[in-house]
Amino acid sequence: MKKNNQKTAAAKEPLFRLSRRAQMVWYKAWLIRAAALLIALVLSALLIYAITKMNPFKVYGTMLKGTFGDSLFVKKAGRLSLNRTAWTTLRDVMTLLCISVGLAPAFKMRFWNCGAEGQVLVGGIATAGIMIYFGGSLPTPLLFACMAGASLLAGAVWGLIPALFKAKWNTNETLFTLMMNYIAIQLTSYFVAMWENPYGSNTVGVINRDTKIGWLPNFFSAGANNDFMWNIIIVSALTIAMFVYLKKSKQGYEIAVVGESENTAKYAGINVKKVIVRTMILSGAVCGLAGFIAVSGSSHTISTATAGGRGFTAIIVAWLSKFNTFVMAFASLLIVFLETGANEIASQYHFNTYASKMVEGIILFFIIGCEFFIQYKVHLHIKRSTKEVAD
Amino acid sequence: MEQTVAVQMQKISKRFGAVQANHEVTLAIKRGEILSLLGENGSGKTTLMNMLAGIYYPDSGEIYVNGQKASIRSPKDALALGIGMIHQHYKLVDVFTAAENIVLGLNESQSKRQVMEKIQAICEKYGFQIDPNQKVYNMSVSEKQTLEIIKVLYRGADILILDEPTAVLTPQESERLFQVIRNMRDDQKAVVIITHKLHEVLSVSDRVAILRKGEYVGAVPTEKATELSLTEMMVGKKVALDITRSQVEKKEIRLQVENLSCYNQEGGKALDKVSFSAYSGEILGIAGISGCGQKELLEVIAGLAPAAEGSSLTYFPPEEQQPKSLLGLSPKKIRQNGIALSFVPEDRLGMGLVGGMGMTGNMMLKNYGQGQPFFTSSKAPRTLAEKIRSELEVVTPGLNTPVRRLSGGNVQKVLVGREIAAEPTVLMTAYAVRGLDIHTSYTIYHLLDEQKRKGVAVLYVGEDLDVLLALCDRIMVLCAGRMTGIVDAKSTTKEELGLLMTGPMKAAYKETGLLSQEQENAQKGEGHEKE
Repeated sequence: MKKNNQKTAAAKEPLFRLSRRAQMVWYKAWLIRAAALLIALVLSALLIYAITKMNPFKVYGTMLKGTFGDSLFVKKAGRLSLNRTAWTTLRDVMTLLCISVGLAPAFKMRFWNCGAEGQVLVGGIATAGIMIYFGGSLPTPLLFACMAGASLLAGAVWGLIPALFKAKWNTNETLFTLMMNYIAIQLTSYFVAMWENPYGSNTVGVINRDTKIGWLPNFFSAGANNDFMWNIIIVSALTIAMFVYLKKSKQGYEIAVVGESENTAKYAGINVKKVIVRTMILSGAVCGLAGFIAVSGSSHTISTATAGGRGFTAIIVAWLSKFNTFVMAFASLLIVFLETGANEIASQYHFNTYASKMVEGIILFFIIGCEFFIQYKVHLHIKRSTKEVAD
Repeated sequence: MEQTVAVQMQKISKRFGAVQANHEVTLAIKRGEILSLLGENGSGKTTLMNMLAGIYYPDSGEIYVNGQKASIRSPKDALALGIGMIHQHYKLVDVFTAAENIVLGLNESQSKRQVMEKIQAICEKYGFQIDPNQKVYNMSVSEKQTLEIIKVLYRGADILILDEPTAVLTPQESERLFQVIRNMRDDQKAVVIITHKLHEVLSVSDRVAILRKGEYVGAVPTEKATELSLTEMMVGKKVALDITRSQVEKKEIRLQVENLSCYNQEGGKALDKVSFSAYSGEILGIAGISGCGQKELLEVIAGLAPAAEGSSLTYFPPEEQQPKSLLGLSPKKIRQNGIALSFVPEDRLGMGLVGGMGMTGNMMLKNYGQGQPFFTSSKAPRTLAEKIRSELEVVTPGLNTPVRRLSGGNVQKVLVGREIAAEPTVLMTAYAVRGLDIHTSYTIYHLLDEQKRKGVAVLYVGEDLDVLLALCDRIMVLCAGRMTGIVDAKSTTKEELGLLMTGPMKAAYKETGLLSQEQENAQKGEGHEKE
């Protein structure tokens, strides 16, 4: 450009350096994310080809098919309806989304609730217990209300305990909530042994298999094809409500202030301890409700696998979407797609699951890793020109 | 005196994201000269020097040291070239002694005696006073600074850069530092002082180089410069450096503090039986070396920290209502009692504002609880934000842009604007102009004076003694949590304040002019006892 471009390149210049970006325009950020996804897919394709010598596009096609079915809609009794695979995917998305939405208020407050797994499980135990003991004796609407209420209460208690300790003695919430998970898992094992059915199977079995009492009903028809519309309705409502709560309500405002700085909160006259306890009751309760949805709306049984690691996966979802509950819906879909897709290619091509897990890992790595390039700019010193690499 | 160029910086540029920190700066640093690098906050002084010290690497441009082109990639490279920088935040190991800190990281086989002798030689040469066997945690700020300087001299630095060296020193300590700096200059070392205090520039340096918004404005010999001419070069336009001190006739007692004590987190006494009164229509300055209880004093009054037993804190509402005790009241309770107490804390983004929220969100920080029961209303805060934005000329991309992204001056305008908008009867400010440019600083002074005229009792914790003397009506001095005096700002002097700041014992000896080593040690011993 100008005269100083003639300078001879000093041999000792550092190879690259980083600088923080100013706020990036939203479409550029999304462009980087898309590019990251593309690179991840290309890299995974190379890996698939190198290991299996299979056409990677076919493999990706299988992933899609495994998640959404052959064609998204099928004609059934003269009506267009989603196919079964897609319903199942949606059901899984909703359970994961519900847990993520539960984590949102806690994480917004920078209270690292790693105990969703346990909160889901105790919510599931409470639901299953009511299904088993009151299944025949309560009218249906009251039964559902009791199941949902019990799961909310159980989850709330599980969230309240670490919050009380945090507020009172400033214990580390990450460790505390994590440990609560193991208690919940053991508790589940205890109840599984207690409710064992049939005797000796070491499982609870499908609860009320014949009567279907306490099962979230089909929404569209009473036919054999299960739809999971109730799951979708409940979780969508929760997602919207949580969004509004965090954005518009006074309590949401308090959560944001406490998360940002406890000193600011005290300065503003906010009772920090009260907010911590209240928010964790809410967070735990919503995660507990996810247990109700998992038991009553999906598996109709209870086992230590009811949460199935989703309490932890939800942490990834929450971070990916920066605690915005609407973005969580997409993030949940992505994660469920990757997991079901990976399982599908494993079973279709007799891959072992580890190979397909690698694909999942690569894609997640790139999607999370690209956030670095949205935050920072990398300057490379190549010869005499300073090249700026956007990505 | 012969002057050779030690460092030549040629068209140095550095950019951080959207901010151009330095743009094609060309600057010469000469041996046997004290160069002041003057500029407002954010003008790129520290960034420029950090590139000499190997903390940053320039985007473009060249650096010549002793005529040789140099590529400085790390502080180690810088020291190898004889460049040593004393940063604003000291980099010392607390549990080590002075001598241990000096040799830390040096890979040379020298006996302890040799090290001690070398340290002794440096101290004698330049007039430092330090005990090599003293642990850093027992040192005062000024001693730590001395240690930092010895550390770089020990490593053979002959080009010294001091970043805001007097920010934490009393006037007396500053003068001692300046003497050492002059000794180094006479020893043909090149010394650079980064500063924004004009009177210091004029008293100590030989030449002044001025940066404005990252660009080099020019350099002038100090004898040809005046405070006004330098300010003009710094700001780029004529600035009236007048601080108004309005006279208010009607004064009423607003706040009475008696025997106020409080403890810090370690259980030590942060405040020890402080008593004073604050009046409406008056600015009460609070002076002291940083960390002497200023912060705690304001926080106790604001209800953010508990007072110790035996303290008394009484608020006298206007219009002869019943006095109320503020003891044990939370900030919320204080508000609910109808006491309009505004507080501009030292930590603006960590206490006064929510960094991640925009101006609108920050406006409702103290009164979000009003209005409808469940949802916040954003209409009133938005109107207020809009008003503050236009009245105080806050530069922000939008009312919802997180205030963390605004510059320091704009952050402070948002905070002060909100606190004043609450129509306080008592307004407390802690280091209200720290880190702000001249223009914004004077805006703040005028705002405070205006509040005083409106009958507000203003408490102003400050560090610049010249400003305290010009702005306040009375000045209270704190030293290690104790009040060492309240003086009339119109009749006192900087020297008197300086003596009060270092303790009552020294103040007592002020008359005789005896300030021997002995008494200083006694002073220090007293400090240790408390720890």
